Amino acid sequence: MAEPALKDTDMKDSGLFDIVLVVNGTSYALAVPARRLLSDCLRHDLRLTGTHVGCEHGVCGACTVLIDGVAVRSCLMLAVSADNSSITTVEGLAGRDGKLSPVQQAFADCHGLQCGFCTPGFLTTITAALAEDPDPTPEQAREIIGGNLCRCTGYQNIVQAVLRAAELITQTR
Amino acid sequence: MKPPTFGYSRPESVAQAVSLLAARGPDAKVLAGGQSLMPLLNLRLAAPGHLVDINRLAELAYVSVSGGQVTIGALARHNDVLRDPLAVAAQPLLGQALALVAHPVIRNRGTTVGSIVHADPAGEMTAVLALLEGSVRLVSVAGERLASAEDFFLGPLESDVRAGELATEVLLPELPSGAGCAFTEVSRRHGDYAVCGVAALVELGPQGEVSGARAAYLSVGPVPVVLDLTEACGGVSLVSLATAGTPDFAQAGRLAMARLQPGDDIHATAAYRRHLAGVLTERALAGAFAHARERAWLSLP
Repeated sequence: MAEPALKDTDMKDSGLFDIVLVVNGTSYALAVPARRLLSDCLRHDLRLTGTHVGCEHGVCGACTVLIDGVAVRSCLMLAVSADNSSITTVEGLAGRDGKLSPVQQAFADCHGLQCGFCTPGFLTTITAALAEDPDPTPEQAREIIGGNLCRCTGYQNIVQAVLRAAELITQTR
Repeated sequence: MKPPTFGYSRPESVAQAVSLLAARGPDAKVLAGGQSLMPLLNLRLAAPGHLVDINRLAELAYVSVSGGQVTIGALARHNDVLRDPLAVAAQPLLGQALALVAHPVIRNRGTTVGSIVHADPAGEMTAVLALLEGSVRLVSVAGERLASAEDFFLGPLESDVRAGELATEVLLPELPSGAGCAFTEVSRRHGDYAVCGVAALVELGPQGEVSGARAAYLSVGPVPVVLDLTEACGGVSLVSLATAGTPDFAQAGRLAMARLQPGDDIHATAAYRRHLAGVLTERALAGAFAHARERAWLSLP
């Protein structure tokens, strides 16, 4: 079979893998072991500690980031698998001038957070969902956040924040 | 926790992937969406020596409908399948089941074929493959074979994917005209693994009678369990519906309870699971019957 040989960086039994991640518009060249979780790569290697790590097995949603615009759990992805992708973390949601994004503004308006631990995951999840459908019903708003856990708020204000964010997005169009 | 150490490779083609799997032998594990494998690694419940990451195999990112079959490639994410209007129209059970698979963000990354290969008896897609009697295409350097659903599930988290093999696609038949399907489950919270779940398929005969009724069960055994309940649905037809108002699948529910052997765990006792299986059998068959009736009406000239 005439297949091109795998590059050294694409197959190793140990050692480091050279990867490039574009995070919030900035390109980073990194060398990571295969077992490095994307969540740990963001927090430890890039010092972007806005992405929170809760359960580390995909249940709590706190570590959710956007990869090429799609919301995924960064604790269930290897950094090496994310090579050459464009990642948005919670640090990348506000404008460069510090102006809050519609989803962030809605959380502030509706008291959608208390301790804030789960908030980065909610913000990224909702941002991606509203980019796809900017006019969710209250039922759809609950479905959007169904995979994110919050131990403080009782969720009511977070559901309100989803609907408020949808209003803000529609108004600015 | 963090995963143990492992070797890693990221092939660019199916041919490369299977040659890597052949070279690494039984110590290699395929990484697709990772929504089941990564938690196992993080919890140190799995420790493969080498991961073959197939996320670059764009050639496997497809969903197609042709020749009476829905074919799902190994890199089609759950949401790719759920949002494929042709696939969910051809086999509506796919849409009904996928809406119950975890949460939207997990479905963005997790793959339908991976979920089936993972062979979790609490997983919705394993029940779909079993109920529809679909098959899984397995490719290795030695060639390829088609494993039928009946032979595919060996035990909890154990499928008949042998060392060196890559599951490249899953084939499911279209839902025949005159048939209907439904999926229902009880879980502690929406999106959690089901304490018990039932997928049902009902076929209507020429007089509107139930000519076939089958159900597949989640979380009641080491593998998905399929029961033929046709004998217990004898009295149910579109004609009986006109007089009774609602179809009566109570006898089928009792038959399912008698045949199933669920076990205890921290979430539910065996007795509670058996009770749920009975109730959910009735609901799923009623749902599938209503679906079949709706499709029969839609197909009238």
